[in-house]
Amino acid sequence: MSDGETMGGLLEAGAAGATLTSAAPLRLDSGAVIPSLEVAFCTYGRLNADRSNAVLVCHPLTLDQHASARHPKTGKDGWWARVVGPGRPLDTDRYFVICSNVLAGCSGTTGPSSIDPTSGEVYGMSFPVVTVADMVRAQAVLLDALGIDQLFAVVGGSMGGMQALQWASDYPERLFSAVVIGAAPRHSAQNIAFHEVGRQAIMADPDWRAGDYAKAGVRPEKGLAVARMAAHITYLSEAALQRKFGRELQRDGLSWGFDADFQVESYLRHQGQVFVDRFDANSYLYITRALDYFDLAAAHEGNLAQAFRRARDVRFCVFSFSSDWLYPTAESRQIVRALNAAGARASFVEIETDKGHDAFFLEEPALHAALEGFMTSAAVARGLT
Amino acid sequence: MSGREDFREILRLVRPGSRVLDVGCGEGELLELLAREKGVDGRGLEISPEGVSACMARGLAVVQGDADSDLDYFPARAFDYAVLSQTLPQVRQPRHVLAELLRIAERAIVSLPNFGHWRVRLDLLVGGRMPLTHALPTPWWATGNIHLCTVRDFTELCDDLDLRIEACAALANGRPARPIDPKHPLENWRPESALFLLSRANGAPRPASAGERTDLFG
Repeated sequence: MSDGETMGGLLEAGAAGATLTSAAPLRLDSGAVIPSLEVAFCTYGRLNADRSNAVLVCHPLTLDQHASARHPKTGKDGWWARVVGPGRPLDTDRYFVICSNVLAGCSGTTGPSSIDPTSGEVYGMSFPVVTVADMVRAQAVLLDALGIDQLFAVVGGSMGGMQALQWASDYPERLFSAVVIGAAPRHSAQNIAFHEVGRQAIMADPDWRAGDYAKAGVRPEKGLAVARMAAHITYLSEAALQRKFGRELQRDGLSWGFDADFQVESYLRHQGQVFVDRFDANSYLYITRALDYFDLAAAHEGNLAQAFRRARDVRFCVFSFSSDWLYPTAESRQIVRALNAAGARASFVEIETDKGHDAFFLEEPALHAALEGFMTSAAVARGLT
Repeated sequence: MSGREDFREILRLVRPGSRVLDVGCGEGELLELLAREKGVDGRGLEISPEGVSACMARGLAVVQGDADSDLDYFPARAFDYAVLSQTLPQVRQPRHVLAELLRIAERAIVSLPNFGHWRVRLDLLVGGRMPLTHALPTPWWATGNIHLCTVRDFTELCDDLDLRIEACAALANGRPARPIDPKHPLENWRPESALFLLSRANGAPRPASAGERTDLFG
């Protein structure tokens, strides 16, 4: 297949999605090499003639490439349908939006549940540990295949925001603008601690089988569900939990046992249960590890501003949420201060909300309005009509 | 101040194509004006989220933060001008903020209401109440001004901080700016509001280049 054909086919991926297969080995931060790479992705909108309207949306930890439109598996709207679509802040009548499943993910991109071409077996725990920078490398491979030299914008929330920061650090010349929502420049001790609880829950499940559960035809569902329950608490604010559930009971009276008496218990159990249907336990281990290893300043002697030294011409927009205690506003401020110190063009606003970390994909008009304002003015500056 | 008469004067002072930080930039009116009229590369610092969002919609690069704590993170001499328009009386540490402005910028443009204005003095002396004037339109219980000063107070602070007053103008409602000598005793009575162009007395600011006004006001 010639390059032209590959490119043409991939550009038609659409909301149904497509998978890029790259035969070129991908060298990772750890020194390991992935011999061949698959990247599953969806696109929304059309790439313009001079290929200047591409927007890369980076997804958070447990989501996937189905940012908008209906998800083929769950039948639900894309996870960011409020933001990505015609007339939305990431207006698909204007921009060509690309969203790809991250490296080590479980929605079509190469990860621990893929087949290792050298052994012919599922990778499992023999999959190399990856980093956020490796995820970004895989995205760059996709952009190369799509023939996109420069993104109009890279946009991401949570782990997606960290990818956007990594993009700015590693490929500033390939960015016109970057939007970082509810993220942090590094994982804190508390962040790592919560992830470790999740990983230990998975590994303590007898069905995990040292990561080889696929061969045994089982899945560590209990462990993965507990991991999700613990993580889910960190995505919500205390106020949001209180407002939603308070001390409301499932039925009249207490059971005087350990059933889910409280609505909040039942809610968390439900969250755990639906999660295991759509996510892979080993992917959860690898992606949380990648986040824990994330420390953008580390490669620059602890000086975060140095990470953005080459990104002075990128237009940055940083958002935080007042009730986000997973990646609190103080972390976003660190990013913004480093951007200012580097002389980059940065905007920052803290959105007032009681919805916690998850606010970034919930109904949050102040976020959507500010994001739309930023994108529209950047589009004018970029000469997009 | 209604109509923000200081904007017109700031617009005249700023060199075309320069780098400007507007501290307390509100909804970005001044930055937009400077970008449009002077091709300025502008940045803003604003405390209210509504203000920041409005700025972003205008395509301005504005950071939510406050002058007291966020100026410290800008590198030295990152800007040609730092503008503080009618904001100094509202910061917690005016002395620190003023010093910071002239660390991060070659020049600072500061406008402030003059608490030594004759009407202010009269209001307090005769009426025995906190003054309500054109430059100070908000009642004491609603104002954000916590560090009001007179032209003389400010001039002394500049001396103390080793700042040079390159120019000063009196601003009054609807009238053209009037260049003044801020050390003249009468000028502590006359201006409702004053605009100062400041530089570091010890650091040598770059010489006025083509396009920069040397007749600073009038």
